[in-house]
This record gives sequence, structure tokens and C-alpha cells, in this order.
Amino acid sequence: MMSEKFSMRNYLRGLKYPFCSGCGNFTIANAFLRAVFELGHKDLSKFVFCSGIGCSSWIPSPYFLADSIHTPHGRSIPVATGVKLMRPELNVVVFGGDGDIAGIGLSHLIHAARRNVDITVFMVNNMVYGMTGGQVAPTTPLHMKTSSTPYTSFEYPIDVVNLVVEAGACYAARWTTIHQKELREAMKKAILTRGFSFVEIVSQCPTMFGRRAGFKNVTEMLEWFRKNSISVEEAERISEEELSGKIVVGEFIRRTRPTLTDMIREVMRKAKEETSIEG
Amino acid sequence: MKVEVRFAGLGGQGMVLAGQILGKAAVFDGLFAVQTQSYGAEARGSAAKSEVVISDKKVWFPFVRKCDVLIALSQQALNKYVEDLKENGVLIMDSGYIKEAPRSFKGKIYSFSFSKIAKEKFGNEIFANVIVLGFLSEILHLVSEESLKKAVIDSVPSKYERENLEAFDLGVEIAKRLKG
Amino acid sequence: MTLKNKLLEPGEHFLQGNQALAEGALFAGCNFFAGYPITPASEVLEHLAKRMPQLGRICIQMEDEMASIGTAIGASWAGAKAMTATSGPGFSLMQEFIGYAFMTETPLVIANIQRQGPSTGQATKAAQGDVMQARWGTHGDYMPIVLSPNSPQEMFDLTIRAFNLAEKYRTPVVLLADEIVAHMREKVVIPKACEIEVFERKKPKSKNEPFFGGETIPPMPSVGEGFNVAVTGSTHNEFGVRFTADPEVHRKLAERLVGKICLDAERIFDVETYGIENCDVGIVAYGCISRSVYEVIELAKNKDINVGFVRLKTLWPFPEKFVKILAEKAEFIVVPEMNLKQVFYEVQRVAACEAKVFPLNKVGGGEIITPEEILAKILEVRT
Repeated sequence: MMSEKFSMRNYLRGLKYPFCSGCGNFTIANAFLRAVFELGHKDLSKFVFCSGIGCSSWIPSPYFLADSIHTPHGRSIPVATGVKLMRPELNVVVFGGDGDIAGIGLSHLIHAARRNVDITVFMVNNMVYGMTGGQVAPTTPLHMKTSSTPYTSFEYPIDVVNLVVEAGACYAARWTTIHQKELREAMKKAILTRGFSFVEIVSQCPTMFGRRAGFKNVTEMLEWFRKNSISVEEAERISEEELSGKIVVGEFIRRTRPTLTDMIREVMRKAKEETSIEG
Repeated sequence: MKVEVRFAGLGGQGMVLAGQILGKAAVFDGLFAVQTQSYGAEARGSAAKSEVVISDKKVWFPFVRKCDVLIALSQQALNKYVEDLKENGVLIMDSGYIKEAPRSFKGKIYSFSFSKIAKEKFGNEIFANVIVLGFLSEILHLVSEESLKKAVIDSVPSKYERENLEAFDLGVEIAKRLKG
Repeated sequence: MTLKNKLLEPGEHFLQGNQALAEGALFAGCNFFAGYPITPASEVLEHLAKRMPQLGRICIQMEDEMASIGTAIGASWAGAKAMTATSGPGFSLMQEFIGYAFMTETPLVIANIQRQGPSTGQATKAAQGDVMQARWGTHGDYMPIVLSPNSPQEMFDLTIRAFNLAEKYRTPVVLLADEIVAHMREKVVIPKACEIEVFERKKPKSKNEPFFGGETIPPMPSVGEGFNVAVTGSTHNEFGVRFTADPEVHRKLAERLVGKICLDAERIFDVETYGIENCDVGIVAYGCISRSVYEVIELAKNKDINVGFVRLKTLWPFPEKFVKILAEKAEFIVVPEMNLKQVFYEVQRVAACEAKVFPLNKVGGGEIITPEEILAKILEVRT
């Protein structure tokens, strides 16, 4: 299977990515396409991509040589749900930023996990609204300077991975852009999961976040990720105080539940048996 | 030929369904019919109303303005709608719920405790609506009895089909007795 | 009604408007419905929740109206004939995705059962206040197709037409009904399935065809069929690739999107006319109010007044041709509607100097404008 060499070009339309230099999206696109390659896909014909608005939504659309639906802000998950219900045999994958998935589109994320629609959501968390100029996001750490919190942010950030675990996801993990190998493995597991799967990728936005947050360059940001990352197992051993400001990485849940498509098929079976349902 | 019928009572008395059954029966008879109902907060627990306009020509205006027949199952419904009843109209009312007969109305009044007999015979007042339909059928022959029964079967849960048909026949019997 | 695992039997049925709408959708081939409960449209969701699984089709209640229409759009791109149904508040929430459906040329039917607004308004009461929202509700330039039924029969017929227009023109179509028509029960004649014309979308033959240009109405691929289609709500070139820097690309796209409907408007719009060639007074009405007008025609005849009537079965594109004829023949036109002047201004624009146009408006409580009120208006403006 691995006799052919991986080349990103095989999976791309050949259009130039518009990301800033040092952007984490390059790493993430690479990790995903490698994961796809390692799963044995020579092309993306078994995939449909849905994404919203934000830089990371451009990872698939229109750059992947694939079917991609680039939706309004925050609405990629409902569109992905519609695609999946009609074509359950396809891998439906969502890419979106933290603003898109955990801000404006958060309720769709929770409900997708709850109803266990068999899609995969990759949330690129750069802790900021990058495309619009670096405003505060629901994931921005407390007391960070952003363009809309000039005196530093005054709200607590949300832990999206734990949220989807509570909501019913079958697979959930978090890694950062420095954990390339782990990220790739998590992406593979997510794609192979039967049921709702979610991977949060903590990523760097050197232009809109790094600069204001006081990082001199990309390397410093990545170093910050490295220093602050602790494993799920380790996080369980330390106090809440010690945990503050840390990025907890690893696998948070792996489980099996009947999917939305399974449930709907069951309803169809019931409906066909009960011919005398009263109207 | 055009007849305007109003069913009025309390939410839960099955007035809306009664109107739907009558309208459906009219269509089975090849007539034109429009059924509307009051909807919303006032349909819950308080007043519920269902209107049917039956005609041999297409019915355009869908609501009852002056009604030919008023079926009132509550005092409140009677008080509210008796004014709209035509002078030569017909009033059918539930004597179990209505203590005061309207003084202003000079037309034909049929009074019977439909809800009480429903409770006695079928263990539930809800059957009063279909008893009333049987009664109405025998008194006025707006639509054929056959179509009305067909509409009853078509509109009630199949496990209650037998009881409802018995309720309908009971209504016919009561009307026959009352007519003497 | 005992429901079976098939479409309704041909013949006469006594159906509620919302049920007729739902059954019409099934005949049109609707195989995906997503909705959110809202008065007075919930019966559509409830009825399809019973019926669609029987037929092996998908019906799902989503978390809100945005998710409902979004899921329907996703399904449409996966090859489904998709629909959602709502009322004013939900229609407001859907505007974002309605614009997206115009921009991405996604066939879709949106039923809006109008109730009294603005905002929550009177949730259970009929109104006709969303006519202009259906025209201009989402931002930017577009030309919607909006149909207006006035009976349960037309809830059935026009829903089928809505699907056919959506597929033919690759565009969202709004069925703009009202609470009165949606909740009334009336005879509906169901034709044999083979007698119902059902339009299927044009599919591309190769992956090299432009899916968003070239022809006025380009062929539409489905995802998962190897076409590598890129769909985006951003300005895009004819291959669907986001292209936001070039003003010409946007102009060409916007003009084609509006043009594909406007240039074919005469084939899209549908009216019913009565006596417009020889009339003293004109009436333009639509939806539930048009039912009162048929009685006005009779009442007026008794007073030796000839009424010419244009009933709008299509609100958008606006059937200018027929309103123009009416304006040429009638000295004045009355526009009765359950809003505070929406179609009135459109009639005034089309009538120009040919006829004087008078509004007759009623809002609140879902009270229909009665034939007597319309007649009184006619007598008032004649003096």
C-alpha cells in the first residue's frame, strides 16, 4: 500500500493557498492529506468536505481536488448532516475554525454530537478571529490582548473537546500543530470512527494572534504549545490550579453508539410495519 | 343550497373533530365544504370552535358569518355565538352543561345531555361529539348518514371505531325519540 | 385518515392545507425534509414525519430553522429533492441560507405559512406580511420565485409546481401560504401519479463542464459522483472557484442569477383573471383574501358594477403583464391585503398613470377581509 510516495499535489486542484507565512493551516492540510493517503485513498472521491467562514475553512475549499461545500459562517455542520443523510457511504468531513465551530455554529456542533451523525469535524483553534483582524474568540485564553479586547480579554474560554464528549461524540481528541504524528493518527481514527468524531487542533496564527500576544515569531508560538501541552493522563493527576493555561492533548473519548443513519433506518422499518398509523 | 354550521364548546370536547367529520362527509356526498377552526390559546381548555360551510357550489369565503346550525356544548359557547344564529336557524345544545336557554333566540332548539349519556354508555364524555353528529344527521339530513358514518370511520383511531359507530347510532336514536 | 406505504389514492380527499402541501411534496418526489416546529406550519413537519419513513424517505427535526434549511441544502447537493417549512420568525432565521441557495443555485422548496408579525407577533393568527420579505429578505441582488396558494387544492398543486420550478431554474422557491389556507380543510382532487408532471434537474455529462456558468441555467452535479464540484456562497467563477477580486466575475454571476428568472418571467408567473377585459373596477388579490373577492364579484354585479380581478398565484416575479391590462381597462384598482400595504405599491408602480390604486388593509387577530368590506371600499372610491 505504501509503495507509492505521498505527494500533496495528487489531492489538490493546483490553486495557490492564500495563507500567511507560518500559518498552521499548511501543517493541518498536510497532516490530513497524509492521513488520507495512509488510509489508502489515492484520491478524495470518497470524501465530501464542508466548511464555513474563516481561514481554516479554506483548507478544503476549493483547494482540495474533491467535492467541497463552502457554507455560510458557522453552518457547515447542518450542510454536512444533509449530505451524510443522503449519502451515508461517503466520508463527510468538516473543517472550521474555533469562531466558526465554537462561536456562531456551536449549537450545530452540540446537536451533531448528540444525534451522532457520522461525520468528522476538525476544529482549527487559533484562539482568535483571524480572518477579520484578530478579534476575541470563545476560545481566547483569559487576559489576552486582541483587537476587540484592547485591555485584554475578560471572558473565560470554552473547552470544546469536553463539550462534545458530554454531548455524545464517539471520538474526540485534541492536539497541536507541533504534534504532527499524533495529529495524523488522530485524524485517521476520526475518519474511521463510525459516529460523530471530533479533533481540535490548536494552531498558530502568527499574524493576528501571535503578534498581539507578544510572540516574536512562529517558533516562539510553537515552543509555547510544546511547553504548555500536557497529556490527558497527566492532566488527571494535577490540580485545577496547575492545569490553568495548559493545553490538554490526547484522546478524550472512544466509544460506539448507533449512528443517526442507523436510527433513521430503524424508524423506516417501524413505519413500514405500522401501516395503520392514524393521521 | 348553502348551510353554515358552527360547533362550539370547550377544548377537549371534540368539537374540532366533529366539524372535520361533517365536512369530510359532505365531500363524500359530492358536495363542496370548507372547515375551519379557532386555533391557539383559546382552543386549550377554554373555548373551541369549528365551522363548516357546505354547499352544492364552490365555497369561497371560508368562515361562518350567520349560521344555520349552532351546536353548543358549553354555556360560554352558547352565550358567545347565539347572536350569530339565523332567526330560522337550529340550535342543538348540551343540557348537561347549559343551564340557561337563550331568551333572544326564537328558532328551533334541541336540548339533550349528550355528554352525560356519553359518559354513561361509553365511559367518556369525549363520545358526545359523535353522538351529536348522529343526532344532527337524523334531524337535518345535511349530508347522507352513510357518508357521515364513513367519515367517522375515516377520522377516528381504528381501535375506537366500533364505539364511535355505536355513539353515532345512539345519536340517531335520541333524535328519533325526541322528534317523537 | 389511515395512512399507507404509498402516495395518496387518486380521487377526492378532504385535506387540511398543510397536509395537502405535504402530500404534494411527496408526489413531486421530495425525499428529504428538515424542519423545526412553529405555528402555524408544524403540521407539515408532523405529517411528513409520519409519511416519509413509510416511503423510505428522510424527515428530520433539526435544532433550529438555520439548521433545517442548511441540512436541506446539503441534501439537495447530495441529489435530494429537499424542502423545509416554517413561518415568519423561522423565515427570518433562514434568510442567510436562502441567500446562499440563490448564490449556489441550489434547488430547494421553502414553505412559509404566514402568521402575524413582526417578531413573535400573533403566533396563531393569519397575515400576509411576508410578501416583501420573500422578495428582499436576504442581502444582495437576486430574483426569487414565490407562489401564493389560496386553497388546500393549491397547497397540493403549487407545492408540486414549486419543486418543478426549483429543479428547472436551479433556485430556491418559496411557497408563501397563510394560516387560513394552511389550516382550512377542503376537497382536494388528487390526480393519478402518472398524470402529474415532475421535472428532474439537469445533470452534467462530464467533469469539465462549468457547473456555475456557461449556460444560463447550468447543469447541477451531485457530490459523491466524481465531479469534484466546489460550491461556495462567495463570488465564484463558472467552475465554482471562489474569485472575489474581480468585479467582472461578480457582475457576470449576479446578472445571470437574476436574469435566469427575469428573462423567463412570463413562463414562471401564473395568475387567474376574471373579467379584466371589460370592467369598471379592478381588484388585485392573492392567498386567502382572494377567496373573498370571488364573492365580491357577485355582490358587485347586483349593483351593476363589473369587477375585473387579477389573482396572483405567483407573487414574484410580479405578474406585471396582467396587472397592466387591468390598469388599462379599470378606472381604479383596489388591493385588499392582510398587511399594511405591500403588494399595493407594486400594483401602483405597474398601473402608473393608467389607474388610481387604493389600498384596503387589515392586520391583527388573523381576521380575513370580508367580501362586504371590499365591496364597501369599491363603493367608497367610486364616489
